[in-house]
Amino acid sequence: MATQAEAPVLDVRNLTTVFRTRRGEVHAVNDVSFHVAPGELLGVVGESGSGKSVTMMSLIGLLPTPPAEVRRGSVLFQGRDLLRMPAPELRRVRGGEIGFVFQDPMTSLNPVFTVGQQIAEPLRKHRGMDKRAARARAQELLELVGIPDARRRLSDYPHQFSGGMRQRVMIAIALACEPKLLIADEPTTALDVTIQAQIIDLMKRLREELGMAVIWITHDLGVVAGIADRVMVMYGGEVAEQAPTRALFREPAHPYTRALLKTVPTVRGARERRLTVIDGQPPILTEPPSRCPFRDRCAQAWGRCHRADPPLYPVSEGHDAACFLHDPQAQGAREAAHA
Amino acid sequence: MLDAQPQAEAPKTRIERPLVEVHDLTMHFPIHSGLLRRRTGEVRAVDGISFSVMEGETLGLVGESGCGKSTAGRALLRLYDITSGSIRIEGTEIGDASQSYLRRYRPKMQMVFQDPQASLNPRMTVAAIIQEPLDEHTSLSTREKQHKVLELMDAVGLNRAFAGRYPHAFSGGQRQRIGIARALALNPKFIVCDEPIAALDVSIQAQVVNLLEDLQERFGLTYLFISHDLSMVRHIATRVAVMYLGRIVELAPREPLYAEPLHPYTRALLSAVPEADPDAVQARVMLTGDVPSPANPPKGCNFCTRCPEVMPVCHKIDPASREVRPGRHVACHLYDPAVMDGPEDTAPERPEAAQADAGRALAAAVRQETTREDAGKAAPDNDAGQPAQTEAEGR
Repeated sequence: MATQAEAPVLDVRNLTTVFRTRRGEVHAVNDVSFHVAPGELLGVVGESGSGKSVTMMSLIGLLPTPPAEVRRGSVLFQGRDLLRMPAPELRRVRGGEIGFVFQDPMTSLNPVFTVGQQIAEPLRKHRGMDKRAARARAQELLELVGIPDARRRLSDYPHQFSGGMRQRVMIAIALACEPKLLIADEPTTALDVTIQAQIIDLMKRLREELGMAVIWITHDLGVVAGIADRVMVMYGGEVAEQAPTRALFREPAHPYTRALLKTVPTVRGARERRLTVIDGQPPILTEPPSRCPFRDRCAQAWGRCHRADPPLYPVSEGHDAACFLHDPQAQGAREAAHA
Repeated sequence: MLDAQPQAEAPKTRIERPLVEVHDLTMHFPIHSGLLRRRTGEVRAVDGISFSVMEGETLGLVGESGCGKSTAGRALLRLYDITSGSIRIEGTEIGDASQSYLRRYRPKMQMVFQDPQASLNPRMTVAAIIQEPLDEHTSLSTREKQHKVLELMDAVGLNRAFAGRYPHAFSGGQRQRIGIARALALNPKFIVCDEPIAALDVSIQAQVVNLLEDLQERFGLTYLFISHDLSMVRHIATRVAVMYLGRIVELAPREPLYAEPLHPYTRALLSAVPEADPDAVQARVMLTGDVPSPANPPKGCNFCTRCPEVMPVCHKIDPASREVRPGRHVACHLYDPAVMDGPEDTAPERPEAAQADAGRALAAAVRQETTREDAGKAAPDNDAGQPAQTEAEGR
């Protein structure tokens, strides 16, 4: 493991979440461990069903239980375990010390309250500010996220804002109590590219100004390449690979990451004649995790992948991959698979 | 991703003829309001667009949400009664044709929809869904139809054994294959693909795009590929039309468009696409503000409220599309010699009208005075009042 100068803001260990359904259990998150250093931006990449959102929802207790059940693991946030925290205390952490931005800014804002009221709410709840102070701070926050004419717009309702502006409002709410950690779940997916560029720019600036740690969940490798310090790739409810951003894009170690990087066309550089395809479908997570989730789509899978689920093996400093190709004990098999 | 060496692709030598010709197509939707539901305005979803689609090519139609690209695709197939304009398919005018007349042309032109979940009837089996167009438009026997359905399933890579299943039993990518099989059933020449991969996961998108390319080659299809995904359009399209607020602002062959976008909007759009390369040096043209409402487009050029290179003339006169280089059509005053070299409005003499950098400096000078008043009026719901900026990252 990398030597961390500072203790991580968030340290997740062996997080395991299942959904109980009538047809049996769905193993949505399996033994996921990761950490986020203070001020760091961790990009979490995965397709739908990879477990990226469920992981984040589990660690802050936002999943409906039942059907969800966080079965194992610990989530240390500044040394305190969120999974074992009494509900009132957890509520204070949520929205106070940990902020969230969700994908769809239309459904996450309340249509019957003004934007000013919605930004002031966490300030009054968590900070105990009075009405006037909260409103003044709300105006500052709107200015911070780049909404012009902030003072007047405090009295506007969400429907009076465009999609990009609503997402800025969401970010303002998330930042209201100056969180140590911001979790952004596909914050730009519902937005157009020109608006996405604005939001990414805004987040870069805010990170520098406020020094908070960010977890940015996305399916877009391009977004991650531009902003993340480290990237975690999830597949089938598990961590497939985690690495510093440059290492991940320059030397992807997991066959899934490699395939994913090849399958996305670009707008610049050489144009590929034919897109590289990852055959097959993502797994349906009804069977207990005992084998590699990527085995059926992997060009390099061999017998072992069908018998056991690979743990994370170190590839280089701070770079791990859950693939038997990187098992130092299995050099022979590795050569065989490469041949 | 950059394994392949850059290659100059050979220009097509065969004589091209247009399969679809669209001239000045307009699709306005009325707005009714008040107690008497009087018509008080209109949403100008598509506001006078012209283009043609050559036989065997893929024309990409790109733009951001609300620009009218899907409406254009639907209007083109006459799923709407268009407001005005002309649509010719193989020389036959269908712009004002009656639905009964159109029925004869439906087999030639088909559509693949964005949401494979919503566009397949959940109560019909896959076989029934694919067979439905055959029931409607052919007089084949039951056995012939069944045979054709299985052939189609093979063609799109669906397992024949699943013919009796219902759509819910399939994944998103497989459902899109069902939609494609249905579109192919009547041997169409022209298919409008409306965001066919937008609802699919990254690893599935490439599967569907490759399938579309294979089918195009095999059956000689012509596509209008509507998408907001600029990188996928670059992969699949022969030529690309860029839409903004109901208009086509630029239309060009794929490679020149991506190598050197001419319209300021195209430039901003392309530069905003994040690249999956942490070391990429991206000179980003950052647009401020949002797209104005198509119910109340700005006076002059539709892009004048956000354009980094806006000039006074842009607030007054709507630029016409002109062919500035062979095959490259741009609707922008920067490329209009009459405007750029003319005595009024714009200031200094410029050696090259197409020189964008000079335009930027000029625009910067003009911007301060113009944007504040005009932009505020045109679009109450945006912050276009701020000056736009060009920024270079990572240099």
